[in-house]
Amino acid sequence: MEAIISNFGYVLEGFGTTLLLLIYGGLGASIIGVVVAFMRISPIGALRVTATAYTELVRNTPLTLVFFLIIIVLPVLQLGVPSFTGAIIALSVYTSPFVAEALRSGINGVPLGQAEAARSLGLNFSQTVFSIIMPQALRMVVPPLINVFIALTKNSSVASGFRVVELVAVSKVLANQNGDQVIPLLIGIALFYLVITIPLGLVAGYIERKVAVLR
Amino acid sequence: MSASVLYDAPGPKTRRTSNIISAIVTAAVVILLGWFIFALGQPRTTANGAELVGLWDASRWDIFFDPDDAGELWEGLLWRGLVLGTLRAAGLAAVLALILGFLFALGRMARHAWIRIPVTIVLEFFRGMPVLLMMLFIMLGLSVGAYPAVVGALAIYNGAIIGEALRSGVAALPRGQAEASLSLGMTRMQTRFLIEFPQAFRQMLPIIVAQLVVLLKDTSLAYIVAYPELLRTSTTMKDYYGSGNYSFSFFFVTLVIYLAVNLTLSWIARRLARNRSGQAVGARRRGNKSRGAAPTPPPGQIGVDTSLLSIGQPDGMTGRSRPDTGK
Repeated sequence: MEAIISNFGYVLEGFGTTLLLLIYGGLGASIIGVVVAFMRISPIGALRVTATAYTELVRNTPLTLVFFLIIIVLPVLQLGVPSFTGAIIALSVYTSPFVAEALRSGINGVPLGQAEAARSLGLNFSQTVFSIIMPQALRMVVPPLINVFIALTKNSSVASGFRVVELVAVSKVLANQNGDQVIPLLIGIALFYLVITIPLGLVAGYIERKVAVLR
Repeated sequence: MSASVLYDAPGPKTRRTSNIISAIVTAAVVILLGWFIFALGQPRTTANGAELVGLWDASRWDIFFDPDDAGELWEGLLWRGLVLGTLRAAGLAAVLALILGFLFALGRMARHAWIRIPVTIVLEFFRGMPVLLMMLFIMLGLSVGAYPAVVGALAIYNGAIIGEALRSGVAALPRGQAEASLSLGMTRMQTRFLIEFPQAFRQMLPIIVAQLVVLLKDTSLAYIVAYPELLRTSTTMKDYYGSGNYSFSFFFVTLVIYLAVNLTLSWIARRLARNRSGQAVGARRRGNKSRGAAPTPPPGQIGVDTSLLSIGQPDGMTGRSRPDTGK
Protein backbone atom coordinates (compact mmCIF):
# COMPACT_ATOMS: atom_id res chain seq x y z
CA MET A 1 0.00 0.00 0.00
CA GLU A 2 2.91 2.29 0.80
CA ALA A 3 4.13 2.03 -2.78
CA ILE A 4 0.78 3.35 -4.02
CA ILE A 5 0.65 6.19 -1.50
CA SER A 6 4.18 7.37 -2.28
CA ASN A 7 3.49 7.18 -6.03
CA PHE A 8 -0.07 8.43 -5.84
CA GLY A 9 0.32 10.99 -8.64
CA TYR A 10 1.63 8.34 -11.01
CA VAL A 11 -1.18 5.95 -10.11
CA LEU A 12 -3.76 8.72 -10.60
CA GLU A 13 -2.28 9.41 -14.03
CA GLY A 14 -2.76 5.76 -14.93
CA PHE A 15 -6.29 5.86 -13.54
CA GLY A 16 -6.98 8.92 -15.71
CA THR A 17 -5.78 7.05 -18.78
CA THR A 18 -8.03 4.10 -17.90
CA LEU A 19 -10.97 6.49 -17.52
CA LEU A 20 -10.20 8.13 -20.87
CA LEU A 21 -9.99 4.70 -22.51
CA LEU A 22 -13.36 3.85 -20.96
CA ILE A 23 -15.00 7.11 -22.06
CA TYR A 24 -13.65 7.29 -25.63
CA GLY A 25 -13.87 3.53 -26.11
CA GLY A 26 -17.43 3.55 -24.79
CA LEU A 27 -18.43 6.41 -27.09
CA GLY A 28 -16.85 4.76 -30.13
CA ALA A 29 -18.42 1.40 -29.29
CA SER A 30 -21.83 3.04 -28.82
CA ILE A 31 -21.65 4.79 -32.19
CA ILE A 32 -20.55 1.68 -34.10
CA GLY A 33 -22.90 -0.50 -32.03
CA VAL A 34 -25.98 1.63 -32.76
CA VAL A 35 -25.23 1.57 -36.48
CA VAL A 36 -24.72 -2.21 -36.44
CA ALA A 37 -27.89 -2.76 -34.40
CA PHE A 38 -29.98 -0.72 -36.84
CA MET A 39 -28.39 -2.55 -39.75
CA ARG A 40 -29.37 -5.86 -38.17
CA ILE A 41 -33.05 -4.97 -37.82
CA SER A 42 -33.34 -3.09 -41.10
CA PRO A 43 -35.59 -4.38 -43.91
CA ILE A 44 -32.59 -4.45 -46.28
CA GLY A 45 -31.09 -7.90 -46.62
CA ALA A 46 -27.56 -6.82 -47.55
CA LEU A 47 -27.29 -4.61 -44.47
CA ARG A 48 -28.51 -7.43 -42.22
CA VAL A 49 -25.98 -9.88 -43.65
CA THR A 50 -23.10 -7.40 -43.38
CA ALA A 51 -23.99 -6.59 -39.78
CA THR A 52 -24.33 -10.25 -38.82
CA ALA A 53 -21.01 -11.12 -40.42
CA TYR A 54 -19.33 -8.22 -38.62
CA THR A 55 -20.83 -9.23 -35.27
CA GLU A 56 -19.81 -12.87 -35.58
CA LEU A 57 -16.33 -12.02 -36.82
CA VAL A 58 -15.48 -9.51 -34.11
CA ARG A 59 -17.17 -11.36 -31.26
CA ASN A 60 -15.10 -14.46 -31.93
CA THR A 61 -11.79 -12.64 -32.22
CA PRO A 62 -9.86 -12.30 -28.94
CA LEU A 63 -9.33 -8.71 -27.82
CA THR A 64 -5.56 -9.21 -27.77
CA LEU A 65 -5.66 -10.09 -31.45
CA VAL A 66 -7.60 -6.90 -32.26
CA PHE A 67 -5.00 -4.88 -30.35
CA PHE A 68 -2.23 -6.79 -32.11
CA LEU A 69 -3.67 -5.97 -35.53
CA ILE A 70 -4.11 -2.26 -34.83
CA ILE A 71 -0.95 -1.54 -32.84
CA ILE A 72 1.58 -3.98 -34.28
CA VAL A 73 0.45 -5.09 -37.74
CA LEU A 74 -1.02 -1.89 -39.20
CA PRO A 75 2.09 0.30 -38.61
CA VAL A 76 4.07 -2.08 -40.83
CA LEU A 77 1.59 -1.19 -43.57
CA GLN A 78 2.02 2.51 -42.75
CA LEU A 79 -1.58 2.59 -41.62
CA GLY A 80 -0.47 2.95 -38.01
CA VAL A 81 -1.84 5.33 -35.38
CA PRO A 82 -0.41 6.33 -31.97
CA SER A 83 -0.79 3.66 -29.30
CA PHE A 84 -3.44 5.51 -27.31
CA THR A 85 -5.61 6.15 -30.38
CA GLY A 86 -5.00 2.57 -31.46
CA ALA A 87 -6.15 1.31 -28.06
CA ILE A 88 -9.33 3.39 -28.32
CA ILE A 89 -10.03 2.05 -31.81
CA ALA A 90 -9.38 -1.55 -30.71
CA LEU A 91 -11.64 -1.22 -27.65
CA SER A 92 -14.39 0.47 -29.70
CA VAL A 93 -14.32 -2.17 -32.40
CA TYR A 94 -14.19 -5.05 -29.92
CA THR A 95 -17.03 -3.71 -27.75
CA SER A 96 -19.33 -2.59 -30.57
CA PRO A 97 -20.89 -6.03 -31.34
CA PHE A 98 -21.75 -6.47 -27.67
CA VAL A 99 -23.44 -3.05 -27.64
CA ALA A 100 -25.28 -3.97 -30.83
CA GLU A 101 -26.46 -7.30 -29.40
CA ALA A 102 -27.67 -5.61 -26.21
CA LEU A 103 -29.61 -3.04 -28.24
CA ARG A 104 -31.05 -5.73 -30.46
CA SER A 105 -32.19 -7.83 -27.51
CA GLY A 106 -34.00 -4.76 -26.16
CA ILE A 107 -35.64 -4.14 -29.52
CA ASN A 108 -36.68 -7.80 -29.73
CA GLY A 109 -38.22 -7.46 -26.29
CA VAL A 110 -40.78 -4.95 -27.55
CA PRO A 111 -44.00 -6.78 -28.41
CA LEU A 112 -44.50 -7.28 -32.13
CA GLY A 113 -47.96 -5.72 -31.91
CA GLN A 114 -46.37 -2.34 -31.22
CA ALA A 115 -44.58 -2.37 -34.57
CA GLU A 116 -47.65 -3.76 -36.34
CA ALA A 117 -49.83 -1.04 -34.89
CA ALA A 118 -47.34 1.61 -35.96
CA ARG A 119 -47.23 0.16 -39.47
CA SER A 120 -51.01 0.02 -39.69
CA LEU A 121 -51.14 3.70 -38.73
CA GLY A 122 -48.99 4.41 -41.77
CA LEU A 123 -45.64 5.08 -40.11
CA ASN A 124 -42.64 4.04 -42.19
CA PHE A 125 -39.65 1.97 -40.97
CA SER A 126 -37.60 4.79 -39.46
CA GLN A 127 -40.66 6.40 -37.85
CA THR A 128 -41.65 3.04 -36.38
CA VAL A 129 -38.16 2.46 -35.02
CA PHE A 130 -37.48 5.93 -33.65
CA SER A 131 -40.86 6.91 -32.23
CA ILE A 132 -42.37 3.57 -31.22
CA ILE A 133 -39.77 0.84 -30.75
CA MET A 134 -36.70 2.68 -29.49
CA PRO A 135 -38.30 4.60 -26.59
CA GLN A 136 -39.62 1.31 -25.23
CA ALA A 137 -36.47 -0.67 -26.00
CA LEU A 138 -34.01 1.83 -24.50
CA ARG A 139 -35.48 1.45 -21.03
CA MET A 140 -34.88 -2.30 -21.06
CA VAL A 141 -31.47 -1.97 -22.67
CA VAL A 142 -29.76 0.17 -20.03
CA PRO A 143 -28.79 -2.62 -17.58
CA PRO A 144 -27.20 -4.92 -20.20
CA LEU A 145 -25.47 -1.90 -21.74
CA ILE A 146 -23.98 -0.99 -18.38
CA ASN A 147 -22.74 -4.56 -18.05
CA VAL A 148 -21.04 -4.17 -21.43
CA PHE A 149 -19.34 -1.00 -20.19
CA ILE A 150 -18.20 -2.75 -17.01
CA ALA A 151 -16.59 -5.38 -19.21
CA LEU A 152 -15.06 -2.58 -21.28
CA THR A 153 -13.51 -1.08 -18.14
CA LYS A 154 -11.84 -4.37 -17.36
CA ASN A 155 -10.86 -4.95 -20.98
CA SER A 156 -9.06 -1.61 -21.10
CA SER A 157 -6.34 -3.34 -19.05
CA VAL A 158 -5.23 -5.16 -22.21
CA ALA A 159 -3.91 -1.81 -23.49
CA SER A 160 -1.13 -2.12 -20.91
CA GLY A 161 0.43 -4.82 -23.08
CA PHE A 162 0.53 -2.46 -26.05
CA ARG A 163 2.49 0.58 -24.91
CA VAL A 164 -0.39 2.44 -23.24
CA VAL A 165 0.41 3.56 -19.69
CA GLU A 166 -2.83 2.91 -17.83
CA LEU A 167 -3.54 1.42 -14.40
CA VAL A 168 -2.19 -2.08 -15.04
CA ALA A 169 0.94 -0.78 -16.76
CA VAL A 170 1.51 1.55 -13.79
CA SER A 171 1.01 -1.34 -11.39
CA LYS A 172 3.50 -3.43 -13.36
CA VAL A 173 6.14 -0.70 -13.01
CA LEU A 174 5.41 -0.26 -9.29
CA ALA A 175 5.48 -4.02 -8.70
CA ASN A 176 8.89 -4.24 -10.31
CA GLN A 177 10.17 -1.42 -8.11
CA ASN A 178 8.63 -2.75 -4.90
CA GLY A 179 8.99 -6.51 -5.05
CA ASP A 180 8.06 -6.90 -1.39
CA GLN A 181 4.63 -5.23 -1.63
CA VAL A 182 3.11 -6.96 -4.62
CA ILE A 183 -0.06 -8.22 -2.94
CA PRO A 184 -0.95 -4.87 -1.29
CA LEU A 185 -0.31 -3.27 -4.68
CA LEU A 186 -2.74 -5.70 -6.32
CA ILE A 187 -5.42 -4.81 -3.80
CA GLY A 188 -4.77 -1.09 -4.19
CA ILE A 189 -4.89 -1.14 -7.99
CA ALA A 190 -7.94 -3.42 -8.02
CA LEU A 191 -9.72 -0.92 -5.75
CA PHE A 192 -9.32 1.71 -8.48
CA TYR A 193 -11.15 -0.61 -10.89
CA LEU A 194 -13.81 -1.30 -8.29
CA VAL A 195 -14.32 2.47 -7.96
CA ILE A 196 -15.56 2.36 -11.56
CA THR A 197 -17.24 -1.03 -11.77
CA ILE A 198 -19.18 -1.28 -8.49
CA PRO A 199 -21.10 2.04 -8.86
CA LEU A 200 -21.90 1.10 -12.47
CA GLY A 201 -23.18 -2.27 -11.29
CA LEU A 202 -25.31 -0.64 -8.60
CA VAL A 203 -26.80 1.77 -11.16
CA ALA A 204 -27.56 -1.19 -13.45
CA GLY A 205 -29.28 -3.06 -10.63
CA TYR A 206 -31.30 0.01 -9.66
CA ILE A 207 -32.50 0.62 -13.20
CA GLU A 208 -33.28 -3.08 -13.63
CA ARG A 209 -35.53 -3.00 -10.56
CA LYS A 210 -37.20 0.19 -11.76
CA VAL A 211 -37.87 -1.23 -15.22
CA ALA A 212 -39.21 -4.43 -13.68
CA VAL A 213 -41.74 -2.35 -11.73
CA LEU A 214 -42.73 -0.34 -14.78
CA ARG A 215 -43.40 -3.45 -16.82
CA MET B 1 -41.17 -13.84 -32.39
CA SER B 2 -39.22 -10.63 -32.51
CA ALA B 3 -39.98 -7.18 -33.74
CA SER B 4 -37.40 -7.59 -36.48
CA VAL B 5 -39.48 -10.25 -38.17
CA LEU B 6 -42.06 -7.67 -39.14
CA TYR B 7 -39.58 -5.93 -41.35
CA ASP B 8 -38.90 -9.08 -43.33
CA ALA B 9 -42.23 -8.65 -45.01
CA PRO B 10 -42.40 -5.02 -46.12
CA GLY B 11 -45.00 -3.63 -48.50
CA PRO B 12 -44.43 -3.48 -52.28
CA LYS B 13 -43.03 0.06 -52.26
CA THR B 14 -40.61 -0.67 -49.42
CA ARG B 15 -39.55 -3.87 -51.14
CA ARG B 16 -38.56 -2.00 -54.30
CA THR B 17 -36.57 0.58 -52.32
CA SER B 18 -34.93 -2.10 -50.22
CA ASN B 19 -33.86 -4.02 -53.35
CA ILE B 20 -32.15 -0.90 -54.70
CA ILE B 21 -30.45 -0.17 -51.38
CA SER B 22 -29.47 -3.83 -51.12
CA ALA B 23 -27.73 -3.64 -54.48
CA ILE B 24 -25.93 -0.41 -53.53
CA VAL B 25 -24.78 -1.80 -50.18
CA THR B 26 -23.54 -5.04 -51.71
CA ALA B 27 -21.64 -3.10 -54.38
CA ALA B 28 -20.14 -0.81 -51.71
CA VAL B 29 -19.01 -3.73 -49.54
CA VAL B 30 -17.48 -5.52 -52.55
CA ILE B 31 -15.68 -2.35 -53.76
CA LEU B 32 -14.40 -1.56 -50.27
CA LEU B 33 -13.09 -5.08 -49.68
CA GLY B 34 -11.55 -5.13 -53.17
CA TRP B 35 -9.81 -1.81 -52.58
CA PHE B 36 -8.54 -3.02 -49.20
CA ILE B 37 -7.12 -6.21 -50.68
CA PHE B 38 -5.60 -4.27 -53.59
CA ALA B 39 -4.12 -1.58 -51.32
CA LEU B 40 -2.56 -4.10 -48.99
CA GLY B 41 -0.86 -5.70 -51.97
CA GLN B 42 0.95 -2.49 -52.99
CA PRO B 43 4.65 -2.05 -52.25
CA ARG B 44 5.52 0.50 -49.56
CA THR B 45 8.61 2.10 -48.13
CA THR B 46 9.08 2.43 -44.39
CA ALA B 47 10.14 5.64 -42.64
CA ASN B 48 13.80 4.64 -42.78
CA GLY B 49 13.66 3.98 -46.49
CA ALA B 50 13.46 0.19 -46.42
CA GLU B 51 11.29 -1.29 -49.12
CA LEU B 52 8.36 -3.40 -48.03
CA VAL B 53 6.57 -5.34 -50.67
CA GLY B 54 2.83 -5.51 -50.19
CA LEU B 55 0.93 -7.92 -48.03
CA TRP B 56 -0.19 -10.48 -50.53
CA ASP B 57 2.98 -11.22 -52.42
CA ALA B 58 5.44 -10.22 -49.73
CA SER B 59 4.03 -12.19 -46.92
CA ARG B 60 4.82 -15.35 -48.84
CA TRP B 61 1.91 -17.60 -48.14
CA ASP B 62 3.92 -20.40 -49.71
CA ILE B 63 6.04 -20.56 -46.57
CA PHE B 64 3.16 -22.49 -45.04
CA PHE B 65 3.40 -25.10 -47.77
CA ASP B 66 7.16 -25.08 -48.30
CA PRO B 67 8.32 -28.69 -47.84
CA ASP B 68 11.39 -27.55 -45.86
CA ASP B 69 9.62 -25.38 -43.32
CA ALA B 70 5.95 -26.22 -43.40
CA GLY B 71 6.00 -29.27 -41.14
CA GLU B 72 7.87 -27.56 -38.35
CA LEU B 73 5.89 -24.38 -38.79
CA TRP B 74 2.44 -25.98 -38.60
CA GLU B 75 3.61 -28.15 -35.75
CA GLY B 76 4.72 -25.02 -33.93
CA LEU B 77 1.50 -23.11 -34.56
CA LEU B 78 -1.08 -25.84 -34.16
CA TRP B 79 0.54 -28.21 -31.68
CA ARG B 80 2.73 -26.01 -29.50
CA GLY B 81 0.65 -22.85 -29.84
CA LEU B 82 -2.94 -24.03 -30.03
CA VAL B 83 -2.94 -27.39 -28.24
CA LEU B 84 -0.10 -27.14 -25.71
CA GLY B 85 -0.54 -23.41 -25.16
CA THR B 86 -4.08 -22.16 -25.56
CA LEU B 87 -6.16 -25.32 -25.19
CA ARG B 88 -4.13 -26.77 -22.31
CA ALA B 89 -4.44 -23.56 -20.29
CA ALA B 90 -8.12 -23.15 -21.19
CA GLY B 91 -8.99 -26.77 -20.42
CA LEU B 92 -7.40 -26.85 -16.99
CA ALA B 93 -8.78 -23.40 -16.17
CA ALA B 94 -12.27 -24.53 -17.23
CA VAL B 95 -12.22 -27.58 -14.94
CA LEU B 96 -10.93 -25.52 -12.01
CA ALA B 97 -13.45 -22.76 -12.74
CA LEU B 98 -16.34 -25.24 -12.56
CA ILE B 99 -15.11 -26.62 -9.20
CA LEU B 100 -14.52 -23.12 -7.85
CA GLY B 101 -17.92 -22.07 -9.16
CA PHE B 102 -19.65 -24.70 -7.02
CA LEU B 103 -17.59 -23.69 -3.99
CA PHE B 104 -18.26 -19.98 -4.49
CA ALA B 105 -21.99 -20.62 -4.92
CA LEU B 106 -21.99 -22.71 -1.76
CA GLY B 107 -20.17 -19.97 0.15
CA ARG B 108 -22.48 -17.22 -1.05
CA MET B 109 -25.55 -19.20 -0.01
CA ALA B 110 -24.15 -20.22 3.36
CA ARG B 111 -26.45 -19.82 6.33
CA HIS B 112 -23.85 -18.23 8.56
CA ALA B 113 -23.16 -14.57 7.86
CA TRP B 114 -19.52 -14.97 8.81
CA ILE B 115 -19.05 -17.27 5.81
CA ARG B 116 -21.46 -15.54 3.45
CA ILE B 117 -20.28 -11.94 3.82
CA PRO B 118 -16.52 -12.52 3.36
CA VAL B 119 -17.18 -14.78 0.38
CA THR B 120 -19.43 -12.13 -1.15
CA ILE B 121 -16.80 -9.41 -0.68
CA VAL B 122 -14.06 -11.58 -2.17
CA LEU B 123 -16.30 -12.51 -5.11
CA GLU B 124 -17.15 -8.89 -5.85
CA PHE B 125 -13.44 -8.12 -5.70
CA PHE B 126 -12.58 -10.89 -8.15
CA ARG B 127 -15.40 -10.03 -10.53
CA GLY B 128 -14.63 -6.33 -10.54
CA MET B 129 -10.99 -6.47 -11.52
CA PRO B 130 -9.38 -7.32 -14.85
CA VAL B 131 -8.12 -10.87 -15.39
CA LEU B 132 -4.86 -9.48 -16.70
CA LEU B 133 -4.17 -7.69 -13.41
CA MET B 134 -4.78 -10.92 -11.53
CA MET B 135 -2.46 -12.84 -13.86
CA LEU B 136 0.31 -10.30 -13.42
CA PHE B 137 0.07 -10.28 -9.69
CA ILE B 138 -0.17 -14.02 -9.21
CA MET B 139 2.98 -14.20 -11.30
CA LEU B 140 4.85 -11.45 -9.47
CA GLY B 141 3.37 -11.86 -6.01
CA LEU B 142 3.58 -15.61 -5.68
CA SER B 143 6.68 -15.83 -7.91
CA VAL B 144 5.22 -18.60 -10.05
CA GLY B 145 5.64 -19.19 -13.75
CA ALA B 146 3.33 -17.85 -16.42
CA TYR B 147 1.33 -21.08 -16.77
CA PRO B 148 0.05 -21.37 -13.17
CA ALA B 149 -0.62 -17.63 -13.16
CA VAL B 150 -2.69 -17.78 -16.35
CA VAL B 151 -4.61 -20.87 -15.27
CA GLY B 152 -5.15 -19.54 -11.73
CA ALA B 153 -6.36 -16.11 -12.79
CA LEU B 154 -8.72 -17.49 -15.44
CA ALA B 155 -10.05 -20.14 -13.04
CA ILE B 156 -10.73 -17.67 -10.23
CA TYR B 157 -12.33 -15.04 -12.44
CA ASN B 158 -14.54 -17.43 -14.37
CA GLY B 159 -15.24 -19.45 -11.24
CA ALA B 160 -16.66 -16.30 -9.68
CA ILE B 161 -18.92 -15.73 -12.66
CA ILE B 162 -20.05 -19.38 -12.85
CA GLY B 163 -20.69 -19.28 -9.10
CA GLU B 164 -22.99 -16.29 -9.55
CA ALA B 165 -24.81 -18.08 -12.37
CA LEU B 166 -25.31 -21.17 -10.20
CA ARG B 167 -26.52 -19.07 -7.30
CA SER B 168 -29.09 -17.31 -9.43
CA GLY B 169 -30.11 -20.70 -10.82
CA VAL B 170 -30.70 -22.03 -7.32
CA ALA B 171 -32.54 -18.85 -6.37
CA ALA B 172 -34.89 -19.35 -9.30
CA LEU B 173 -35.85 -22.85 -8.15
CA PRO B 174 -39.21 -23.28 -6.47
CA ARG B 175 -38.82 -23.24 -2.70
CA GLY B 176 -40.71 -26.49 -2.48
CA GLN B 177 -37.75 -28.37 -3.91
CA ALA B 178 -35.55 -27.64 -0.91
CA GLU B 179 -38.44 -27.97 1.53
CA ALA B 180 -39.41 -31.36 0.15
CA SER B 181 -35.88 -32.72 0.31
CA LEU B 182 -35.41 -31.42 3.85
CA SER B 183 -38.70 -32.98 4.87
CA LEU B 184 -37.47 -36.28 3.46
CA GLY B 185 -34.67 -36.12 6.00
CA MET B 186 -31.83 -34.98 3.78
CA THR B 187 -29.22 -32.73 5.30
CA ARG B 188 -28.67 -29.23 3.96
CA MET B 189 -25.53 -30.34 2.11
CA GLN B 190 -27.38 -33.25 0.53
CA THR B 191 -30.15 -30.87 -0.51
CA ARG B 192 -27.67 -28.50 -2.08
CA PHE B 193 -25.67 -31.11 -3.96
CA LEU B 194 -28.36 -33.66 -4.84
CA ILE B 195 -31.41 -31.49 -5.37
CA GLU B 196 -30.58 -27.84 -5.97
CA PHE B 197 -27.24 -27.76 -7.81
CA PRO B 198 -28.17 -30.39 -10.44
CA GLN B 199 -31.32 -28.46 -11.36
CA ALA B 200 -29.57 -25.08 -11.29
CA PHE B 201 -26.68 -26.45 -13.33
CA ARG B 202 -29.04 -27.86 -15.92
CA GLN B 203 -30.92 -24.61 -16.14
CA MET B 204 -27.79 -22.48 -16.33
CA LEU B 205 -25.87 -24.77 -18.69
CA PRO B 206 -26.06 -22.46 -21.72
CA ILE B 207 -24.76 -19.52 -19.66
CA ILE B 208 -21.96 -21.64 -18.22
CA VAL B 209 -20.92 -22.97 -21.62
CA ALA B 210 -20.95 -19.45 -23.06
CA GLN B 211 -18.73 -18.38 -20.17
CA LEU B 212 -16.32 -21.21 -20.96
CA VAL B 213 -16.11 -19.95 -24.55
CA VAL B 214 -15.25 -16.52 -23.15
CA LEU B 215 -12.59 -18.23 -21.02
CA LEU B 216 -11.02 -19.71 -24.13
CA LYS B 217 -10.97 -16.29 -25.76
CA ASP B 218 -9.44 -14.78 -22.65
CA THR B 219 -6.45 -17.12 -22.80
CA SER B 220 -5.09 -14.76 -25.45
CA LEU B 221 -4.41 -12.34 -22.58
CA ALA B 222 -1.57 -14.72 -21.73
CA TYR B 223 0.20 -13.15 -24.72
CA ILE B 224 0.91 -10.13 -22.52
CA VAL B 225 2.45 -12.13 -19.68
CA ALA B 226 4.61 -13.95 -22.26
CA TYR B 227 2.98 -17.35 -21.87
CA PRO B 228 3.54 -19.24 -25.14
CA GLU B 229 -0.05 -19.49 -26.34
CA LEU B 230 -1.19 -19.28 -29.95
CA LEU B 231 -0.60 -15.57 -30.57
CA ARG B 232 2.77 -15.56 -28.77
CA THR B 233 3.86 -18.70 -30.62
CA SER B 234 2.90 -17.20 -33.95
CA THR B 235 4.92 -14.03 -33.28
CA THR B 236 7.89 -16.15 -32.22
CA MET B 237 7.56 -18.18 -35.41
CA LYS B 238 7.34 -14.97 -37.43
CA ASP B 239 10.55 -13.68 -35.89
CA TYR B 240 12.22 -16.99 -36.55
CA TYR B 241 11.10 -17.42 -40.13
CA GLY B 242 11.61 -13.95 -41.50
CA SER B 243 11.43 -10.20 -41.40
CA GLY B 244 8.42 -7.96 -40.81
CA ASN B 245 7.01 -8.90 -44.17
CA TYR B 246 5.95 -12.23 -42.82
CA SER B 247 3.89 -10.74 -40.04
CA PHE B 248 0.72 -10.57 -42.12
CA SER B 249 0.60 -14.17 -43.13
CA PHE B 250 1.30 -15.22 -39.56
CA PHE B 251 -1.25 -12.77 -38.25
CA PHE B 252 -3.96 -13.95 -40.62
CA VAL B 253 -3.25 -17.61 -40.00
CA THR B 254 -3.52 -16.96 -36.26
CA LEU B 255 -6.77 -15.09 -36.80
CA VAL B 256 -8.20 -17.92 -38.89
CA ILE B 257 -7.24 -20.55 -36.27
CA TYR B 258 -8.84 -18.49 -33.50
CA LEU B 259 -11.98 -17.93 -35.55
CA ALA B 260 -12.24 -21.63 -36.41
CA VAL B 261 -11.95 -22.71 -32.76
CA ASN B 262 -14.16 -19.97 -31.33
CA LEU B 263 -16.88 -20.16 -33.96
CA THR B 264 -17.09 -23.94 -33.48
CA LEU B 265 -17.35 -23.57 -29.72
CA SER B 266 -19.92 -20.79 -29.81
CA TRP B 267 -21.92 -22.81 -32.33
CA ILE B 268 -21.92 -25.71 -29.83
CA ALA B 269 -22.98 -23.29 -27.08
CA ARG B 270 -25.82 -21.99 -29.22
CA ARG B 271 -26.94 -25.51 -30.11
CA LEU B 272 -26.97 -26.39 -26.45
CA ALA B 273 -29.04 -23.33 -25.61
CA ARG B 274 -31.52 -24.01 -28.41
CA ASN B 275 -31.92 -27.70 -27.69
CA ARG B 276 -32.74 -26.98 -24.13
CA SER B 277 -35.03 -24.00 -24.49
CA GLY B 278 -38.59 -25.01 -23.77
CA GLN B 279 -37.42 -28.05 -21.85
CA ALA B 280 -35.64 -26.39 -18.99
CA VAL B 281 -37.51 -26.04 -15.75
CA GLY B 282 -36.96 -22.31 -15.68
CA ALA B 283 -37.45 -21.62 -19.35
CA ARG B 284 -41.09 -22.54 -19.23
CA ARG B 285 -41.74 -20.64 -16.05
CA ARG B 286 -39.97 -17.58 -17.36
CA GLY B 287 -42.03 -17.83 -20.51
CA ASN B 288 -45.16 -17.78 -18.39
CA LYS B 289 -44.07 -14.76 -16.45
CA SER B 290 -42.99 -12.55 -19.30
CA ARG B 291 -46.17 -13.01 -21.27
CA GLY B 292 -49.18 -11.62 -19.53
CA ALA B 293 -51.56 -13.83 -21.48
CA ALA B 294 -50.06 -17.12 -20.33
CA PRO B 295 -52.64 -19.54 -19.01
CA THR B 296 -52.89 -19.84 -15.25
CA PRO B 297 -53.17 -23.34 -13.88
CA PRO B 298 -56.68 -24.46 -12.88
CA PRO B 299 -57.48 -23.89 -9.19
CA GLY B 300 -56.98 -27.48 -8.22
CA GLN B 301 -53.39 -27.37 -9.33
CA ILE B 302 -52.24 -24.25 -7.57
CA GLY B 303 -49.16 -25.02 -5.56
CA VAL B 304 -48.22 -27.97 -7.73
CA ASP B 305 -45.64 -26.97 -10.25
CA THR B 306 -46.68 -29.29 -13.04
CA SER B 307 -44.00 -27.93 -15.31
CA LEU B 308 -41.56 -30.00 -13.29
CA LEU B 309 -43.46 -33.16 -14.17
CA SER B 310 -43.41 -32.44 -17.84
CA ILE B 311 -39.68 -32.63 -18.36
CA GLY B 312 -39.04 -34.87 -21.32
CA GLN B 313 -42.73 -35.45 -21.96
CA PRO B 314 -44.60 -34.13 -24.95
CA ASP B 315 -46.81 -31.15 -24.23
CA GLY B 316 -50.38 -31.95 -23.45
CA MET B 317 -49.58 -34.99 -21.35
CA THR B 318 -49.49 -32.96 -18.19
CA GLY B 319 -52.98 -31.65 -18.56
CA ARG B 320 -51.65 -28.14 -18.90
CA SER B 321 -51.57 -26.32 -22.18
CA ARG B 322 -48.25 -25.07 -23.42
CA PRO B 323 -47.91 -21.39 -22.66
CA ASP B 324 -47.74 -19.22 -25.73
CA THR B 325 -44.15 -18.09 -25.66
CA GLY B 326 -44.50 -16.82 -29.19
CA LYS B 327 -41.83 -19.18 -30.50
